[in-house]
Amino acid sequence: MKAPAFNYARASSVQEAIDLLSHYGDRAKVLSGGQSLMPALNLRLLAPEWLIDIGPIVDLRRISVESGLLTIGASTRHADLHRSPDIAAHAPLLKDAVAHVAHPAIRNRGTIGGSLAHADPASELPACMVALDATIVVLGPDGERRIPAVDFFVGIYETQLLPGELLVAIEVPKRAAGVRHFFSEHVRRSGDYAMAGLAAEAEIDGDAFVRLRLGFFAVGERPILATAARHLIGRPVTEAVLAQACAALDDELAPQDDHQATAGMRRYLARQLLVECIVSLLGRSDLRTKVVA
Amino acid sequence: MIAPVPIALTVNHERVEALVLPRLNLADFLRDHLSLTGTHVGCEHGVCGACTVRVNGDIVRSCLILAIQAENATVETIEGLSDSGEIADLQSAFHQRNALQCGFCTPAMLMAAQDLLLTNPDPDRDQIREHLSGNYCRCTGYHAIVDAVESTAHARLERAG
Ligand SMILES: Cc1cc2nc3c(=O)[nH]c(=O)nc-3n(C[C@H](O)[C@H](O)[C@H](O)COP(=O)(O)OP(=O)(O)OC[C@H]3O[C@@H](n4cnc5c(N)ncnc54)[C@H](O)[C@@H]3O)c2cc1C
Ligand code: FES
Ligand code: FES
Repeated sequence: MKAPAFNYARASSVQEAIDLLSHYGDRAKVLSGGQSLMPALNLRLLAPEWLIDIGPIVDLRRISVESGLLTIGASTRHADLHRSPDIAAHAPLLKDAVAHVAHPAIRNRGTIGGSLAHADPASELPACMVALDATIVVLGPDGERRIPAVDFFVGIYETQLLPGELLVAIEVPKRAAGVRHFFSEHVRRSGDYAMAGLAAEAEIDGDAFVRLRLGFFAVGERPILATAARHLIGRPVTEAVLAQACAALDDELAPQDDHQATAGMRRYLARQLLVECIVSLLGRSDLRTKVVA
Repeated sequence: MIAPVPIALTVNHERVEALVLPRLNLADFLRDHLSLTGTHVGCEHGVCGACTVRVNGDIVRSCLILAIQAENATVETIEGLSDSGEIADLQSAFHQRNALQCGFCTPAMLMAAQDLLLTNPDPDRDQIREHLSGNYCRCTGYHAIVDAVESTAHARLERAG
């Protein structure tokens, strides 16, 4: 189908975008890469009166590194993330994850800000933000708000962003020496939204985790920072410990049935991802036990 | 009433000016305003890949970009790539390997394949499949397409010596 009629305004600065958004209120939608908004318009799921195109704001498309922090502008495209040496050096989890987001032609347009604002629970980047303990920076008529990623995602397609606010940047702590990461997802076809996925970061001392952040996606209404990680921290990981963590994980997931996978299958895949993650991070193939369905 | 808006861009090395409604997507602009019907429209929501074109050198879905967003952009379509001879070898490999049947997916498949070969001149078959994963073909079963891209890559490497 074709998009319904709308008016179009181009914002050339962040201030202009904020002004336009406060002026039109909930009659307007921000247009970034358009890779989620355009399908919704073409399918006539949305009919905003105005689109505010933030594409021309060059300041929003950049990656900078300062002392301990990596700052990623909201309009940084998926393809930019993938080829950035700064991302590869300081947030390699994002480099791995973004290769699983859609297809090359979509990655050339889609942006990180759009992906986080859209908040599809099956999306890779929101779960990475949760695992990396990122801060989402939003700007509105009343100034700036800095929201921890774990609080930013509220539900299916729902975030803490208020009408009139613009997501401007994401701050990710630079990865410290010795920190390891894991990314994997199950999809029906390459480039599809996941049936279950896991983005994780860990610090390891000897044979034990000192810190372990497990960001699961596509297994609930929003990305989940699994508290099951507590069972795995500060002690040698045995088969029994891992089984305990898998059971705890099962309790905190709330997956839904859809045309891609049943809730039960998603739970199974999530437990399997947890086992693979621990095997990979600790280099312990002896822990690769069969996950029961 | 929403009024048409003037836009100016470059399409296949020619300067183009037009009046368009904001809701018009780039695929429809190319097809209906410029009669460049080699860019196909399948799903209109980003899934099939049939509408793939180049904008400022990068392949994109033209059904997911507004014509008005292409203001001042450089757009290249399959007609441009064909006429310049840039993909003549790839086209003939598709022909020789039976990498097309109905041909609906072919212009976009060529666009995506050429995009891969420009950045990775020696891809393996998995990399070819991965790069073409966003382009659907309902006829060939893909093997012949992968064959054609692979043989073009080999021939280009040989020619480059
Ligand atoms: C076929 C297909 C497959 C895909 N597969 C995947 C996948 O596997 N994984 C995945 O994660 N994504 C996938 N995507 C979506 C893609 O990653 C999008 O790029 C992303 O979800 C949205 O980014 P965008 O820049 O295109 O945002 P847009 O489409 O422009 O906007 C999306 C929403 O966010 C709002 N918004 C955008 N930017 C801002 C901002 N700065 N501040 C406030 N609000 C804003 C918009 O108003 C809109 O509501 C797929 C898309 C397609 C078409
Ligand atoms: S028509 Fe654009 S992707 Fe299908
Ligand atoms: S040849 Fe018919 S869709 Fe590919």
